[in-house]
Amino acid sequence: MNANSPKPPLSNKERVKIPRQHMPEQDADRRRRNFEEVNQGLTVLGATTEALRCLQCTTPKCVSGCPVGIKVKDFVALIVAGDYLKAAAKIREDNILPAITGRVCPQETQCEGCCILGNKFEPVGIGYLERFVADYESASGQIGLPENAPSTGKKVAIVGSGPAGLSAAGDLVQKGHQVTVFEALHEIGGVLLYGIPEFRLPKEIVRREVDVMRAMGVDFQTNVVIGKTVTIDELMNEEGYDVVFVATGAGLPKFLAIPGENLNGVYSANEFLTRVNLMRAKDFPEYDEPVYDCRGKDVAVVGGGNTAMDAVRTASRLGAKTSYLIYRRSEAEMPARTEEAKHAKEEGITFLCLTNPVAFLGNKESFLESVRCIKMELGEPDASGRRSPKPVPGSEFELPIQVAIIALGTEANPLVQSTTPDLKTTRKGYIAADPETLKTSKRGVFAGGDIVTGAATVILAMGAGRKAAASIDQYLQSGEWDGAPN
Amino acid sequence: MFPIVEAEFLAPDVKRFVIGAPRVAKKRKAGQFVIVRLHAYGERIPLTIADSDPEKGTVTLIVQGIGKTTKLLNMLGAGDVILDLVGPLGKPSDIELYGTVVVIGGGVGAAIAYPTARAMKDAGNHVISIVGARNKELVILEQEIGAISDELLITTDDGSYCRKGFVTDQLKALIESGRQIDFVLAIGPPRMMQAVAETTRPHAIKTVVSLNSVMVDGTGMCGGCRVLTTQGTQFACVDGPEFDAHQVDFELLIQRNRTYLKQESEALQRFLEQPKRDVDLVSESCRLEQEHPEVRCEAYPS
Repeated sequence: MNANSPKPPLSNKERVKIPRQHMPEQDADRRRRNFEEVNQGLTVLGATTEALRCLQCTTPKCVSGCPVGIKVKDFVALIVAGDYLKAAAKIREDNILPAITGRVCPQETQCEGCCILGNKFEPVGIGYLERFVADYESASGQIGLPENAPSTGKKVAIVGSGPAGLSAAGDLVQKGHQVTVFEALHEIGGVLLYGIPEFRLPKEIVRREVDVMRAMGVDFQTNVVIGKTVTIDELMNEEGYDVVFVATGAGLPKFLAIPGENLNGVYSANEFLTRVNLMRAKDFPEYDEPVYDCRGKDVAVVGGGNTAMDAVRTASRLGAKTSYLIYRRSEAEMPARTEEAKHAKEEGITFLCLTNPVAFLGNKESFLESVRCIKMELGEPDASGRRSPKPVPGSEFELPIQVAIIALGTEANPLVQSTTPDLKTTRKGYIAADPETLKTSKRGVFAGGDIVTGAATVILAMGAGRKAAASIDQYLQSGEWDGAPN
Repeated sequence: MFPIVEAEFLAPDVKRFVIGAPRVAKKRKAGQFVIVRLHAYGERIPLTIADSDPEKGTVTLIVQGIGKTTKLLNMLGAGDVILDLVGPLGKPSDIELYGTVVVIGGGVGAAIAYPTARAMKDAGNHVISIVGARNKELVILEQEIGAISDELLITTDDGSYCRKGFVTDQLKALIESGRQIDFVLAIGPPRMMQAVAETTRPHAIKTVVSLNSVMVDGTGMCGGCRVLTTQGTQFACVDGPEFDAHQVDFELLIQRNRTYLKQESEALQRFLEQPKRDVDLVSESCRLEQEHPEVRCEAYPS
């Protein structure tokens, strides 16, 4: 099909007959031992075909299903028209990191989950299309950077360079404010770098997006721990920042509090993934930071979320002989994205559902040798609406493992809160912020992302970043501080 | 990037660095540490801050070359740069007026104990310092510690300098002499700190140790540095690095510090055979710093 020639319009009947395009994937047998990206991306033909499936609804539900309100209908139409760069620019109006969200968003519960086609057929592959145009744009070298507004002379400090911080920085710099992002680690990207593995989100893509933002004028400073190196009060009183946006993300890893948890070989998912991703321990000894040698070992990951999937698939790629996923509920309750669970299974991960560890056992040198587990059964739904698991008496068994990775989520890191006395926190230690304005109890300080909501997703954090940027811009223009939580 | 302003050996394999890090220098208190990464392929290692000068914007680190990274660091000198340095991390020492305080530094631990000893002195305590080393050559900071101590006692394992024996022998002698001791700080190898804890436990003398567990981020995010105390599992990076010595499970600490023994010795071996690659990587940082000032870490006033 020639993009320049007028296309005969397809009827809706014809559109729904087009099958959803498959994402080309690296073969499971091959990929389970390498760190290259699993999804290979749609071709131009595949993307055009997929885009043709879109019914161009008058009231597109996909847009309201997106936490940042990407104009899905419009960018999909631009793909059909063959104008991929304009399509990318259209996404960038609402989402500064399309190459990233196109890869890691849980589309099935957001845009695609709302797609009307999904009622009778399969929804449009909106995530695939987003990724396609972002990668096309990047390969073309012609990034559709929006113009920055004239300088306002206002200074904004952003604490944390993860998805919430980056998306806020992008919006605020466009509005003409001077933006500095502070990062505690030595590289920019937060969870996108240390948490999400290479095979799901190549780090090159994160670096590329950060370079785009640097070109837009965002100032990045690594190796600054707010609360330690500099406090929020110092940023505002001594360094002249008008506003601080706290986007420090989820913090301290949760452990199981069972015997043997401090044995050598028992990791938090945060540590294991940080070693492998940020510190590149997978390339030891070329890189200095080590990780426990998983080659030929039996590895168990405890948890059922995306982080657990990332960890267990990473262990397999590090050469584990057997990689187990231990989850206390059944597979139906697993919070991980459907695609991650599917990929994990294809890669030979053994799912041990309705199973819970009760103790880790080690040898006399304190190295992990096995985990004692108990079988679980589902009872009545709990507060989260999921059926709560209960141990089955007498069902204990021992599983030989040499590495265990605990992926049970995180708790609030108190570094910023504890050094900012007038910043109110919730009962669980997260920062209290107004859900609409993201204003905190301290004038000029906003907070959003996981440090407010608890651990969530990249796109929700980005949504919070955008919301914060709009609210910050309004505050900087009006100077009015209301709507803050009491 | 963080320029090395001064560097000098204090003893074989023990080197003192003065490094430009203005923000860290301004905030740092006795007992806190930094995490450094030397080059783009480097690991992150924690090092206690021995001193700081907020006016000049510098921090002092005293480094014993043991593993690959510390040995590489000790090959660097004034004019070189360190790619990453972050801090000050951890809780500062609890400085109070206790009365008589014994500060014990074993080996390079003397460098870590020194700033706290000085703060204790400034707070009005009577400070007795015990510095221990394997031999005379390895006794460091004798003058500096002497200057801020009311009494300085030195021991060497082989008796080549001052009293022969271990720091605990000296501590025992002090306790047995009937002197009132209100507080003990011990910093050194884990076995030494454990021995000090066992020496003071029967006498119920409050004893604090500074733990050197394996760390990655240093901000509580990874949990790799966890130590078991009678309070439960704690993170050395944010709950410490100082802990009540009588509460610490030293056996577990020692075992956890052995997690990467194999990889550590492999990395060291490779480095000693081929040190040039890593030295070149450090120079690469210096070059990148000059070529890409926009990709900066902390601005250092030049």
